[in-house]
Amino acid sequence: MKERLEQLKQEALQKVDQATEVQSLKDVRVEYLGKKGPITEVLRGMGKLSKEERPVIGQLANEVREQIADAIESKQTKMEEEALEKQLEEESVDVTLPGRPVQVGGPHLLTSIVEEIEDLFIGMGFEIKEGPEVETDYYNFEALNLPKGHPARDMQDSFYITEELLLRTHTSPVQARTMGHKNGKEPVKMICPGKVYRRDTDDATHSHQFTQIEGLLVDKHVRMSDLKGVLNAFAKQMFGEDRDIRLRPSFFPFTEPSVEMDISCKVCGGKGCSVCKGTGWIEILGAGMVHPNVLEMAGYDPEEYSGFAFGMGPERIAMLKYGVDDIRHFYTNDIRFLKQYHKA
Amino acid sequence: MLVSLNWLQDYIDVSKYTPEELAEIITKTGIEVESVEPVAEEVQGVVVGYVEECEQHPNADKLSLCQVNVGEESLQIVCGAPNIAKGQKVPVAVPGAVLPGNFKIKKTKLRGEVSNGMICSLQELGVDEKDVPKEYADGIFVFPDDVEVGAEATALLNLDDKIIELGLTPNRSDALSMAGVAYEVAAAIDGEYTLAEENVEPSNEKAEDKVTVKVEDPAANPYYGAFVIQDIEVGPSPLWLRNRLTAAGIRPINNVVDITNYVLLEYGQPLHAFDYDRFGSNEIVTRRAKDGETIQTLDDQERTLTSDHLVITNGTEAHAIAGVMGGATSEVQDDTKTIILEAAYFNPAVVRQSSKDHGLRSESSTRFEKGVDPNRVERAGKRACELLQKYANGTVLAGVVSFDQLDRSEKKVAIHTSIINDRLGTEITNEEIADILRRLQFDYKQNGEEFIVSAPTRRQDIERFEDMLEEVARIYGYDNLPFTLPGGESQAGGLSLDQQLKRRMKAYFEGAGLDEAITYSLTKKDWATMLVSPEVEREAVAPVGLAMPMSEDYSHLRQSLLPEMLQSLSYNIARKQQNLAYYEVGTVFVSEEEEVTKQPSEMLRASGALTGTWVTHPWQQEKKDIDFFVVKGIVEGLSEQLNIPFTYEKTKVSSMHPGRTALVKAGGKDIGFIGQIHPKLQKEMDLKETYVFDLNVEELLKLYDKEEAFRKIPRYPSVSRDIALVVDESVAAGDIAATISEAGAPLVKEVQVFDLYQGEHLEEGKKSLAFNLLYLDPERTLKDQEVEEAHEAILTAVKEKHQAELRG
Repeated sequence: MKERLEQLKQEALQKVDQATEVQSLKDVRVEYLGKKGPITEVLRGMGKLSKEERPVIGQLANEVREQIADAIESKQTKMEEEALEKQLEEESVDVTLPGRPVQVGGPHLLTSIVEEIEDLFIGMGFEIKEGPEVETDYYNFEALNLPKGHPARDMQDSFYITEELLLRTHTSPVQARTMGHKNGKEPVKMICPGKVYRRDTDDATHSHQFTQIEGLLVDKHVRMSDLKGVLNAFAKQMFGEDRDIRLRPSFFPFTEPSVEMDISCKVCGGKGCSVCKGTGWIEILGAGMVHPNVLEMAGYDPEEYSGFAFGMGPERIAMLKYGVDDIRHFYTNDIRFLKQYHKA
Repeated sequence: MLVSLNWLQDYIDVSKYTPEELAEIITKTGIEVESVEPVAEEVQGVVVGYVEECEQHPNADKLSLCQVNVGEESLQIVCGAPNIAKGQKVPVAVPGAVLPGNFKIKKTKLRGEVSNGMICSLQELGVDEKDVPKEYADGIFVFPDDVEVGAEATALLNLDDKIIELGLTPNRSDALSMAGVAYEVAAAIDGEYTLAEENVEPSNEKAEDKVTVKVEDPAANPYYGAFVIQDIEVGPSPLWLRNRLTAAGIRPINNVVDITNYVLLEYGQPLHAFDYDRFGSNEIVTRRAKDGETIQTLDDQERTLTSDHLVITNGTEAHAIAGVMGGATSEVQDDTKTIILEAAYFNPAVVRQSSKDHGLRSESSTRFEKGVDPNRVERAGKRACELLQKYANGTVLAGVVSFDQLDRSEKKVAIHTSIINDRLGTEITNEEIADILRRLQFDYKQNGEEFIVSAPTRRQDIERFEDMLEEVARIYGYDNLPFTLPGGESQAGGLSLDQQLKRRMKAYFEGAGLDEAITYSLTKKDWATMLVSPEVEREAVAPVGLAMPMSEDYSHLRQSLLPEMLQSLSYNIARKQQNLAYYEVGTVFVSEEEEVTKQPSEMLRASGALTGTWVTHPWQQEKKDIDFFVVKGIVEGLSEQLNIPFTYEKTKVSSMHPGRTALVKAGGKDIGFIGQIHPKLQKEMDLKETYVFDLNVEELLKLYDKEEAFRKIPRYPSVSRDIALVVDESVAAGDIAATISEAGAPLVKEVQVFDLYQGEHLEEGKKSLAFNLLYLDPERTLKDQEVEEAHEAILTAVKEKHQAELRG
């Protein structure tokens, strides 16, 4: 009986091995493992065996059964895998063909710059404030220590609508308005980005409309060294850790002392080159300590409160950072220009 | 202000610095140096030559053959200048010389004659055309007789000088003079300088016997001083003086005029010389002009005056517009013998008004406008007398005839060391402050840490503590300030909710495939009111215009972002960029007044303009042009993003396609429109089929529910049913959908159109619309029976309302 089982096993395994399609495997299963198959028959004839032989043969028969079943199983898996592989091979695509395009838009370069600056100052605890683009003469000039007839009004020739209304020439009126809301008590820590307008003929370096970001901090004991520290943090984050800043005296009617901030030239590292006109420095922004007249007009006691303010032009920063050579690029919306800076 | 370094060196020793180093120091301590330029490019080997012989060139009409003594030898040189003559001293570039542009001079032959060098014009030596005196403009330069033959011409002509250009801010008018610059540089480098005393030797005759002075408006003219100088010999100024004027950008004219200009540059005080014999009287009266009074000014223009202007008269006629320009009648001429020299203080505002009204901006008016140093007015007159004595052979009459109500007092400003340190974040000592004041040459009285500073009158900008704070800070050096961060209560900072939402909206548009554009707020008048959203148009009366626009293209404030955005599309299309999709979030300006008196409302809009192909994927035969539904899809996406339901109604907006325009509504209000622009407008603006949207951002911000409550995710399955309905062509799909939603409430949650059909198998004038309906009860599983009942109710409702038949 042992021999018989061994022989059945050999036969079955050979058939499994020779099978080329799933159907032949099924046939083998029915032929050898089915209810009427030879192994079942062997098991049925076990009654004739001795008590000692019975468990031995029974175990052997089961083993043979399992071995055949396993062989069928693994052969079947192998055949299925081969079939799938063949199918997938047939389904393959030319991966070098172009994909279906997705419409991707992006922000304007100026927006990217403005938001970058906003986020930078938000990180230092500043709020973002906005205000009207058509301003009163009072908020645009007078509240900023520029009374009527002040010579510095020449510096910013303006688009007037009436004698009392004009397109704001800077975003400083937002500062005056914000301070005015505090009743001379609470501190102010804000930046105000926005569009501003001046009577300039459009050319490579002038635009009758441009963008400004101004900042203001008013509190007790605000020091000029704080201004220097904040601007330094800004410059390093915006332009790179390796850039230095310097302040040099300047004049703005709404600040005293007034300074301009330069950063060291990236191109030459401060040695002097054509980009920085040989000075090693590039002008970035104007700043200063808030003029006591401005504080007073906004209701603050300049003996108790002090503050600093600064203002910069995102167009200029974009021009420096990306080498944009003509300010008009920011307003013609040439798609080829805009797309260039979507990663900016 | 142009500063000659050779001239500055006369006042203060700056020789240990290179011009660039000096520029850096000046920039860092006070005044921005805009440029450092040599007077001329480097010139070598040019000497003074004496023209011993000068004859006609034998072979050329327009050339001369000269024998020129250049010191050690005599050279034959061919010269083409018309003004060459025997006996002149001229600049000669000898063989081996190098002229600007690396032009090397060699021995050569011209029309058969040997030429051993070149006699030069100033232009050939690198002097700017505008700085060349008129008499030498078309020929060679001729030296005065007193120069030495063989001497270096570059030094004599000041060609080795360097010019520093100062960019002066309005507060630093004190540096509009060489003396002022010298004080500033002295403070910056801790050097020594004081303005030297004038040295005049007057005659016995008295000026007051020659003229009288009367001032009618002391507020406009608090000081008027008249000097009288006789026996003047008008002629060219000495070369050094001419060189200095040239270096400062002023063209030399004659000694009298040059001297007044020289003193203007040296002291910052404008002066004016009248020809005494042509003045028409011996009384000087300054007064406000009469309305309509006229004067012929030096530039030969007749100018009409008003009482805003101050004039210098002879009692009857005006001879000068005070501080701005002299009159032609009493102009100094070659035969002038006696002059009245005016040294005056005119009110800055009055001069500014005159110079503005007459469009005359001069070296003189710019200085008066900023306010001259009251302590230097009379001194400047004396300085001019000194120079006229020396260089015009003049006899200065004794004394100055003057009217004088001028305030010459110095402002007192108190500063405290501790307050300075508190404001700067420094630890400056009393001694350091005292040292800074010494360098600035500011007098002070010290009492412990308090300094009472007397600001010199040359520094009119110093009025209060903060001005002195700046003086201390800049001389102490901004580089020496520490870096600190502000103390005080900490504040979170951040974007407001509206600002966050605005950023999210922009991100949505960009994700939807639109590029952000930024356009101008100012536009042409027609465009200001074009493509305005109906709800904006209802509020706007007239477009807001500028009082004095620079051009018609930018004369009015926009009521819609679209016209300028379409202009951007047109700009791109002209550059072969056909497929464009822009959005912009920006302000429009709406005034409810016919004549604007108050600030217009500024409304934030989100607008877009799209044209061309939306998606193209050629090898899979996919191509989708932008149409109404692309734009609507973008707007619907925004609605979904913000979770604010929008509804759409067919509408008409001027300049829009009458059949393809929809009003957008939300929260029961009109919030904007979408659609195709009118084909006529397309054509006018050189556009192809173009679609736009325009939405009210502020209204969306209001409707946006910032803290929306959590909505449960349904746990029970929904049931989907389709219906196809046949209706008249004119019935809007949106209306049917609305009826379905209403009749199917509360079980019907969504209604979607999935098919639109017209044509074969349908009656003429009919269309078939197929909807997919989603039934859901969030609390339990729906029974077929319930869905069936709701479905029947819907069919009844659409039949009743829209005569819709179920499609068989």
